[in-house]
Amino acid sequence: MNITAILYAVGLLGGMGILAGMLLTFADSKFSVPVDEREARVREAVSGANCGVCGYPGCDAFAAAVVRGEAPITGCIPGGARTIEALSEIMGLNAEGKEPMTARVLCLGNNDTVKPRYEYTGYKSCRLASQLSGSPKKCYVACLGQGDCVRACKFDAIRIVNGLAVIDEKKCTACEQCVLVCPHNVIKMQPLSATVLVRCRNTQPARGSREACLAACIACKRCEKACQYDAIHVQNNCAIIDVAKCTRCGDCVAVCPSKCIIMT
Amino acid sequence: MRLNEVGIFLFFVSCALVNNFIFSRFLGNCPYLGVSNKLSTATGMGIAVTFVMGLSSLFAYIVYTYVLVPLDLKYLDTISFILIIAALVQFVEMFMRKSLPALYSALGIYLPLITTNCAVLGVTLVNMKEGYNLIESVLSGVFGALGFLLAIVLMAGIRERLELSDIPESFKGFPICLIIAGMMSLAFFGFQGLVK
Repeated sequence: MNITAILYAVGLLGGMGILAGMLLTFADSKFSVPVDEREARVREAVSGANCGVCGYPGCDAFAAAVVRGEAPITGCIPGGARTIEALSEIMGLNAEGKEPMTARVLCLGNNDTVKPRYEYTGYKSCRLASQLSGSPKKCYVACLGQGDCVRACKFDAIRIVNGLAVIDEKKCTACEQCVLVCPHNVIKMQPLSATVLVRCRNTQPARGSREACLAACIACKRCEKACQYDAIHVQNNCAIIDVAKCTRCGDCVAVCPSKCIIMT
Repeated sequence: MRLNEVGIFLFFVSCALVNNFIFSRFLGNCPYLGVSNKLSTATGMGIAVTFVMGLSSLFAYIVYTYVLVPLDLKYLDTISFILIIAALVQFVEMFMRKSLPALYSALGIYLPLITTNCAVLGVTLVNMKEGYNLIESVLSGVFGALGFLLAIVLMAGIRERLELSDIPESFKGFPICLIIAGMMSLAFFGFQGLVK
């Protein structure tokens, strides 16, 4: 065995490694470009879901834009209040208090309440189902229950229960992806604090909406009379709650005959 | 095949078309399939590969001829080339970031990707196996990379068209890509025998 050959080999590779290391260390100090250290900290603080709701291609781009002062520090919606707080500390800016939001399904039309127009056996897609003769459900604004929102949700917050999308508000990050895909616009963004909701958007007169769905708002105005705070009004045959005036007292929930006002 | 025997044009044809890295040597398939979604990114990747392959051919030749051969350590070529290429790419990236920011932002994300691209390592090993001299090594690197550029740009063009075509459900996405890569490889097979 030739011991010098082994030594040469070890020396050569080790030497090359050390040389390369020294070269790179030297280059790093010589060619270093000052990078804003805040950028890395901003990147740490945002949600990291790369969901794109901020309008930038990915969290890295958003972090760079925040540091450049182009993006608002409230831009990362999935990060919630914690992210905004962290970013305001890093950037030394005051965050104008942004209310935490959540996505809510404004429909109670599951397989028991809403009546079918026909039996849909096609490909599982709300968009497809909504194109076929109105929709498989008799209510023209009902949740189609084919799960487009479930597939759009990156946080596993939506389930289809008995033909109706149900959102887990603990998991919802308000990224609005489900709102964008719903062909019937059933899902709306709402402040998390607005816990009393009219879960119906049917604007047909009483008879039409009752024929379509047992849980539909029939515009009886009982909630309007029950409310002491002038917060709920029937407009276009459907009750709407004014979030600013509502005190979440629950009076309207008690009187609603079709139980479409829900307190969560 | 030597440069002074066949001339530069045939040398180019040999490196870029006949012995194409993707279709004939089957090296560098990872970026070829991974970065060929869009024409613009594919072009960026191809240019970055051209740049790195030319440079690493040069440095690998220098190290091989003036260090490995005199010390009789030719068997260490693969591992030392890996070291050279990795260090070189890192260095070039730092240098470009400082001195050529425009080029850096154009190639930026592709440079680290090709640090350990097997086509880059492959070209240096092929150069040594063929016994190329300095000029031949560099030309072989650049021309081989131009062949890679051609392949990845063609693939990206086809894939952009595929987005709009009616493909059977089971072939959508990656499967149809592999089928097309195979067909392109067959087409390039036609160059075999043109020159060695």
